Parts: sequence; C-alpha cells; structure tokens
Amino acid sequence: MLKLDKLSKTYKTGDKALHNASFEVPAGQVVGLIGPSGAGKSTLIRCINRLVEPTRGSITLGTTELTGLNRRELRRERRRIGMIFQEYALVERLTVMENVLSGRLGYVSAWRSCFRKFSPDDITLAFSLLDRVGLAEHYNKRADALSGGQRQRVGIARALEQNPELLLVDEPTASLDPKTSRQIMRLIRTACQECNLPAIINIHDVMLAQQFADRIIGLRAGEVVFDGAPDSLTDRVLTTIYGDEDWTQLRGENSSQSASPETPAVDLVEAL
Amino acid sequence: MAEQTQPYPTHWKRPPVLLTNPIWRKVILLGGLIYLVLAIQTVEVDWQRVYLGLERGWRFVQGFLVPDFTSRWNDIYAGLMESLTMTVTSTVAGILISVPIGIGAARNLAPAPLYLACRAIITLSRSFQEIIIAILLVAMFGFGPLAGFLTLTFATIGFLSKLLAEEIEDCDLSQIEAVRATGASWWQVVNYAVQPQVMPRLVGLSLYRLDINFRESAVIGIVGAGGIGATLNTAIDRYEYDSAGAVLIIIIAIVLVVEYSSSYVRRWVQ
Repeated sequence: MLKLDKLSKTYKTGDKALHNASFEVPAGQVVGLIGPSGAGKSTLIRCINRLVEPTRGSITLGTTELTGLNRRELRRERRRIGMIFQEYALVERLTVMENVLSGRLGYVSAWRSCFRKFSPDDITLAFSLLDRVGLAEHYNKRADALSGGQRQRVGIARALEQNPELLLVDEPTASLDPKTSRQIMRLIRTACQECNLPAIINIHDVMLAQQFADRIIGLRAGEVVFDGAPDSLTDRVLTTIYGDEDWTQLRGENSSQSASPETPAVDLVEAL
Repeated sequence: MAEQTQPYPTHWKRPPVLLTNPIWRKVILLGGLIYLVLAIQTVEVDWQRVYLGLERGWRFVQGFLVPDFTSRWNDIYAGLMESLTMTVTSTVAGILISVPIGIGAARNLAPAPLYLACRAIITLSRSFQEIIIAILLVAMFGFGPLAGFLTLTFATIGFLSKLLAEEIEDCDLSQIEAVRATGASWWQVVNYAVQPQVMPRLVGLSLYRLDINFRESAVIGIVGAGGIGATLNTAIDRYEYDSAGAVLIIIIAIVLVVEYSSSYVRRWVQ
C-alpha cells in the first residue's frame, strides 16, 4: 500500500509543480493519473521513488517512510518500486537480456553485475518475463534493434524483474500506435492483477485511462482536483481538470460518427 | 485570383543578427578592412631570402622525390621503433588515467569538489602545448623516450578526459534515470547506463589520440624527447634531404594506416 500525505514540490526556478497531493493506493489498484501537460504528473511519480526530491510532505510505502531516507536506504527501497518510462528509457546499446536483468541491480554487487554474473533465479525470472511479454526469441538482440512496442515490453519486463511492490508508470503509450498502446496497457494491468500490485499510471489518453484503470486521479496545476471511479469522469470533471473544451468527441459512442467527417487530413494521406 | 489580391510581400531577407544598425555595420567593416591592409603592410618580406628559401625548398622536394631509405636505415628504424613504443605506451597509460578523471569531471556523475578537482587537472594538462611540456621534462629526466612518454601521457589526459567528460554530460538522462530507479548503486549506474552510451565515442577518441600521439612523437623528438623526430632533425641538420624525405614518407604512411584502421574499428564498435 502506498500513502502520499501533503506531498509538495517546488522547483529551484520557483515553479510549484505539486501542491499538497494526498491519496492512498491499496494493493492491486491501478490508478490512472491524468491532467494537462505541466500539471505535475511526472513530478508526482518521480517524487515517489525520489528521482525528484520532494520539498514537503510524506510518502509511505508499506510501513516505510520514503522521504528522509539516506542514499543507501533509498537504494534499498527503490528496489521495491518498479518504474516504466515514457520513450522506454532502455539502455539502447545493451542487449534485451541485460536490460531486463538490470532490474536486479539493487540485489547484486557491483562486481558481479559488471561481469553479468546474475544468479540462476534472476536469469530464469528474466526468461520467463520475456516469454510472458512475447519477446522470448529476442533476448540477445540489442535494445535499439526493437520496435517501439517491443521496447516498451522490455521496459515492463525490466520493472517486473525487480519483483516490485509498486509500479510507477510514466506515459507508457506516449509514442505508440493505438493498438500497441492497448496491448501495453493490458499487459501492465494483468501483471498488476496477478501480483496484486498497486500501480500509478501517468497518461494523456483519457479513454485509455478509463478503460484500464480502477480509479482516476486528476491533477491540475499541481493539485488533486478529481479522485474517483473511471465512470464518474463526466464532461464537467474533464473541464475542471483540463479547462474548457468540447468533450463530446472523446466519448466512445460518438467517436465512430465524428471520426469520418472531421478528419479530412487522414483521408487525404490515405488517398495519396 | 490569388496573385492579384494577395497582400503579402514576395520578398524576404534574413535580418542581420549581429550589428543591426546599418551605419555601424559599415563603419566596423570598413575599419576592419583598413586595419587588415595596414597590418599586412607591416610584415616585412625579404624577397632575397624568399628566393633562397625557395631554392632550398626545391632541393627538399627533390630529396623527397628520391627518398633514401637505405643509407640511414638503422637510424630511421631505431627512431621509428622508439616513436611507436612511445605512442602506444603513452596512449594506453593516458587512457587508463583519463577514464577516471573524465568520469570525475562529468557534472552529472561527480559531486562538486571532485568535479572541480578533475576539471583543474584537465585545464592544467590542456594549458601547455606538448613542446613546452617536452622541453620541461627533457630538462628533468634527460634526453630520450622516457621524457617523450611522459609528455604524451600528460597531453593525452587533458584531451581524453575533457572529451569523455563532455560525452558523459551529453548522455541520455532517461537511461541513467531508469537504471538508477532500479536501486542500482553509483558504480552500477556508470557501468550499465553511462558506459554503453559513451563506449563507441571513447574508442574513437582513443584511436584518434593514438594518431595524434604518433604525430606529436615526431615533433617532440626535435626538442630531445627521442623517437623519429630526433632522426628527422639530425637528417635535416646534415642536409640529407633524401633521408629526411624517407622519414616523412614513413610518417605519412603510418598516419594513413592509423586513420583507415580507426575508421574501420569505429564502425565495428558502434
């Protein structure tokens, strides 16, 4: 279980990225974090594993208070938190296997990791995860030889290789096509359900968030302005989060009829 | 229809970035031109000496055209071996020392005191040209390749550490963050996220430095630090331009070989 209490972050430039964010995430719950660009979504999840140092407030994972840990303790706690990144953040010149095994770095000595001497359990887990994300064949390929969707699968395998107690996911589908995006979200969701893993997913695509999250939290200008079930995300709520816009197109039932007349650019490209 | 009613201009010129005032621009340009003309006039050219120099140069070209590898071969061979030894050993020693200094001089990896210390070492190494260091070290350790080895190692440290540090600072932060987020230690972050990103560049720079060190070894030989430079200097002093030509051809050939092989190796490590 993760608990945030009055978490705030003010950057050196004076930008208030996050202001008194408080919520709890029980085990197994997938939280979709939505909000306009610059609302503090990335800052929030980076504060949890302290890639960004929070200014005030507390973060509790299980029974451990994460703010105020020293560097050694922080490294030990980071092992419990898996993170999946926007644009995958794989080490491109390393092989797929090395990328997945890097999820175990917190448990292996620098010496052993330098010579890639991981324990048999770690290696078995890596192979099983790669099989699970559908990349069983590709373990010796270099990460930059894979397509975007495949790379994000490796990113998921790397996070799960940590055997995490919490999954932080930062814009997992930002540069993927709609179908691959759904596959990736489904993969994250089933992994969370199977391991009873809580997850916070930053996401721009509101429809994807509604489809795959158990709960939606809306951020605006660093403050939590909505916290509720995916169905209760009405036009009015979307306006509080994002500002004025005609939200009717976003709705699933209207999307098919609005798609044809309003996207001449797409037709044009297809005609060419 | 668009052509007649179109109110938009048809001409566009890039506005001047520097010196936006047109009068000042002309004044400064004219002033620079006058200064250049006056400065060139102060250079005294003794046409007599230019003529004699051309004659000597022509003899040099003639010697170059009929290089004599044989009569001084033993000297050339010894000098060449000394130069190659100096080049390889100083490059290897330089790489070994500059990798830790380069990591220490990267702002995104090192804490501030270490960063400043490593930058100071780099600045010290880079502020003196090889010849000045060679003169100093020859005075300290005597004539011969030891002074040359130390000179080249010292110069390599400044060159490689600086460029490696800059390469590390340009690394993709997200890859570093991702490895750090797994709970990896500092060494593991360097090993897993930084090293793969900078390795091709480090190999390329090392080979380039090998090439530079060979050429420098020929230059510092002239001030007494051993190697093929000493042989070349002796040959020119004795007016043996044919032997000097042979030495120059060998230097060019070796630089060419290093050049081709380094581009091949770089493609291979990419």
